[in-house]
Amino acid sequence: MSGYNWNWPILLKEPYFGWIVSGFGSTCAIALLAWAIAFPLGSVIGIARTVDNRIVRGIATAYVDVFRNIPLLVQMFLWYFVVPELLPKDLGSWVKRDMPYPQLSTAIVCLGLYTASRVAEQVRSGLESIPRGQRYAGMAMGLNGFQVYRYVLIPVAYRIVIPPLTSEFLGVFKNSSLALTIGVLELTSQARQIEEYTFASFEAFTVATVLYCLVTLLVILLMRIVEGRTRLLGAITAGG
Amino acid sequence: MGGFDFDVIARGAPFIWGGMLLTLELTALAVTGGLLLGIVIALLRLSPLKPVSWLAAFYVNFLRSMPLILVIFWFYTLVPKMIGSSISGFQSVLIAFVLFEAAYYSEIIRAGIASVRAGQISAAMALGLTRLQAMRYVILPQAIRNMIPVLLTQSIIMLQDTSLVYVVGLRDFLTTAEIVANRDNRPIELYTMVAVVFLVVCFSLSRLVGRLRRKYSL
Amino acid sequence: MIELKNVDKWYGTFHVLDNCTMSIAKGEVVVICGPSGSGKSTLIKCVNGLEPFQKGIITVDGVSVGARETNLPKLRSRIGMVFQNFELFPHMTAAQNIVLAQQKVLGRDQAAADTKALALLDRMGLADHAAKYPAQLSGGQQQRVAIARALAMDPIAMLFDEPTSALDPEMISEVLDVMVALAEEGMTMAVVTHEMGFAHKVANRVVFMDQGAIVEDADKDAFFGTPRSERARLFLSKILRH
Repeated sequence: MSGYNWNWPILLKEPYFGWIVSGFGSTCAIALLAWAIAFPLGSVIGIARTVDNRIVRGIATAYVDVFRNIPLLVQMFLWYFVVPELLPKDLGSWVKRDMPYPQLSTAIVCLGLYTASRVAEQVRSGLESIPRGQRYAGMAMGLNGFQVYRYVLIPVAYRIVIPPLTSEFLGVFKNSSLALTIGVLELTSQARQIEEYTFASFEAFTVATVLYCLVTLLVILLMRIVEGRTRLLGAITAGG
Repeated sequence: MGGFDFDVIARGAPFIWGGMLLTLELTALAVTGGLLLGIVIALLRLSPLKPVSWLAAFYVNFLRSMPLILVIFWFYTLVPKMIGSSISGFQSVLIAFVLFEAAYYSEIIRAGIASVRAGQISAAMALGLTRLQAMRYVILPQAIRNMIPVLLTQSIIMLQDTSLVYVVGLRDFLTTAEIVANRDNRPIELYTMVAVVFLVVCFSLSRLVGRLRRKYSL
Repeated sequence: MIELKNVDKWYGTFHVLDNCTMSIAKGEVVVICGPSGSGKSTLIKCVNGLEPFQKGIITVDGVSVGARETNLPKLRSRIGMVFQNFELFPHMTAAQNIVLAQQKVLGRDQAAADTKALALLDRMGLADHAAKYPAQLSGGQQQRVAIARALAMDPIAMLFDEPTSALDPEMISEVLDVMVALAEEGMTMAVVTHEMGFAHKVANRVVFMDQGAIVEDADKDAFFGTPRSERARLFLSKILRH
């Protein structure tokens, strides 16, 4: 690295400091809003994969298979370049011309639907890891199918899936960086832009790296607290 | 836009096939390199020397908190500056993938070893085997069986991840298709084709992994 | 009260239940035994419709279990069931386990359900454990909570699926004592178990199953005196030898 001109202060100068702040803001916005889609939708799909009805189960399985087997970047292009063309004319032209924050919205929807398939897999495996007798016990006391899920299976499943869901939640932050390919100025993209304007590549990428690591640490800490609050007294593996 | 034009795909096919070859080559090399490095890191993490295992843990957690795109940018722009001479885009991207995927592979390997019940090592040592022998003859055979499906699944994800080289303009499957899409103004046909090809390939591979898992499950 | 007529069940091509016919009258205690894999657990799970069956008729208190129009949750709420692995819900305290279905199925209010739960826990000798989670209780205590949970629904009959086989030996009697007391109060019971001491003490009849079929269905004294089938004799000699 000899001859490299270190220039850390440049990160605090405008417009670069503003770029970093707004990039980080976009990254968080995309991640949180995508999660707001992914968590409820993924939960429903994950639950649907465990019900007895074959048609419901088939649809849920197809959803997961499709969204998990196409690269996220390709999905991003599909949503941005292809889907608006396939929509009914009025809707399509609204999406192309009048939809607010077109790139940002597309990225959020795309990432949300993709992450839903991953959340669904975690929820499904959480539900499947519960011994079958628990379902029987709920049914034997007269609970109907919905009640068995509501009171018996889901409360336990969510405690089991908190750790894997933490890593999916972190994934949503990391994957939000793909939004740069359709022109969203999120954190990675802003770091790239600073690098191009100032040639301070090391500094620009370092600040992005540090911010991603901070998010990770923060989320892990938060989830530990959640986990501690909801911990079962080690009972899930008993019996079986 | 007119109907779906298959002809545009046919005309672009030879060029895009070149991109596909790059994608496959990158995947194969990155899987191999990532696995080898992943094994080393997993062993370091299991080392009884605390600083060594901490260092390995730091490496894994650090890389796992980064987006792959950022890692690609790091290596694409910085490696040439650091070593003072230019290396090809393919080489820098390959290094990024190997280092990045190794973090994920090492976690899978570590979890595979940890998944073998502690009683197994006690039982092996009670028979008079050394710790190393117990590892070699009792723990690893079980661990490998547990982790192979997960390693394969991770490799399918890696195949999908290679599409990210698009951001540095490397001409892989997706990028070549994008070039044709722009040239002929046919994004619908080409992006749909790319999606379908990935879907068919990755879906078939994951089905295969699923069958393997059922066949060899203990 | 419980009638099974020519019940058949297959898992794929495997014949789990082979033309099973039996009945349990009101107030009767029937012990079902047999080697593992003989279909006795499956049989008892068919009685409240937890396992579907392909042929034959099962009625409980005149209601057909297999009929499409039958409201299974309602029927199940009238039959108590106790499982081999207790199956208490791990995220609820002992009392909450007993309250849940009283509220959600029977529509009892919180106060009534709580009172009932505490009274039953007291009867099981577990009054001090109401606020504990399953993982804080021993196996025997968990199984007694599970029995209380079933009794809270005021069932017309109780089904026991190997209720003591997951328990450490020193805890078996605390569960059996509760079951004996129930039998003596006149509860209608079907009990899958290998505890022949229990059968001796309170059973009216013993049903012996092998390979999915009911091989023997006899009065307790006849069964322990001179079982008619060779297989039942062999089974008895194996489990009574020690």
